[in-house]
Amino acid sequence: MGLSCHQLTCRRGRNTLFAGVSFALQPGEALWVQGRNGSGKTTLLRSLCGLALPDRGAVHWDEQPILATRAHYHTQLLHIGHADGLKQDLLAWENLALGGLPGAACTRADAEQALAAFGLKAEAQRPVRLLSQGQRKRVALARLLLAPARPLWILDEPLAALDQDTAAQVGEVLQAHCARGGMLVLTTHQEPALAGARQLQLGAAC
Amino acid sequence: MLKAACQLLQRDLLLAMRRRSDALLPLAFFLVTTTLFPLAIGPDTKLLRSIAPGIVWVAALLASLLGLQRLFADDHADGSLEQLLLAPQPLQVLVLAKVLAHWLTSGLPLLLLAPLVALQYGLDAQALGVLWLGLLLGTPVLSLLGSIGAGLALGARGGSVLVALILMPLYIPLLILGSSAVVAAGDGTGSAPHLMLLGALLAGSLAAAPWAAAAALRIAHE
Repeated sequence: MGLSCHQLTCRRGRNTLFAGVSFALQPGEALWVQGRNGSGKTTLLRSLCGLALPDRGAVHWDEQPILATRAHYHTQLLHIGHADGLKQDLLAWENLALGGLPGAACTRADAEQALAAFGLKAEAQRPVRLLSQGQRKRVALARLLLAPARPLWILDEPLAALDQDTAAQVGEVLQAHCARGGMLVLTTHQEPALAGARQLQLGAAC
Repeated sequence: MLKAACQLLQRDLLLAMRRRSDALLPLAFFLVTTTLFPLAIGPDTKLLRSIAPGIVWVAALLASLLGLQRLFADDHADGSLEQLLLAPQPLQVLVLAKVLAHWLTSGLPLLLLAPLVALQYGLDAQALGVLWLGLLLGTPVLSLLGSIGAGLALGARGGSVLVALILMPLYIPLLILGSSAVVAAGDGTGSAPHLMLLGALLAGSLAAAPWAAAAALRIAHE
């Protein structure tokens, strides 16, 4: 059980973004990926999701290569990337109910409840284009509350554009996820309120 | 699996409703181009009748190209395409749902406009029937093949021109069969073979296009 990768290497043209990244993540563990801008954090996370192919090395879930068991792996995974994946012209709750988690059942009530938990009770009925950056990020993060059953969360800069209170609240949600036995990989330039998160430094060796 | 596809279809249709101007643009284009020809050529019924099928098909083809580039580009830009790629359901089914939404908003309305256009060219009921059947079989093929082009051009600069360049050669058989069906119905040789071939094109692209488009989307994200 768990996520592991062995000797992961990614190149962009002639530049090596990172080389020889290996780690294994067990249930209940969190991994905080750090590094300067351009050190390949997002690329690493996309490789872990199976969106990008690493130049060398492989990612395994439950000892199986993720590309061979993609359909199963993606039922276990929740990824929130830089782009928030929201449709400007849909209401906030419609965004969650119709596209929040592709393929997962989510009713209007579920969506509104998740939004209310992140302080977006009134905003749930507004089109996303009328929301501020921080509020959009909160709508995107409300997906976390819809996916408690997915054990692996891969989050790219979840705390960017959030105010301090919300960032602390997201920290609690992440902490609760790990306490449930979930796994978490995240990048952030802020110190996450995660007790015992392991750290992975990219770009240090090269 | 079907549920995820229905969800996506519902979302795309809702988006088209909210952005009606985008959805109406190709229809207005179709109507305007087909109206300009009779005005420019003059009331020569015989000539109009003989050029009608070709013009209707060319206009339908260009109209479908107008919105095609945005089939995946919008989802790509806001990150929701990434979420689709991470869905546990087969990507082909999700692509098919998007294509269906595209056809319902761009192909189906053309079928509704076709009788109006036929009136301007003095087509009789039989010719209109064949033209309509041809469009019914042909417009889904435009959307299906279009999804391959839109997937391949994803993320490329000058995407809409590239989509047109990729798709034009693929659309040519459709154009020939669709307009020659109407001509064949008029001169008594029978339009059945043309319509059957159009049906074969539809079946073929229905079987192949979702796979090709899904592969193109995966490549675009690597």
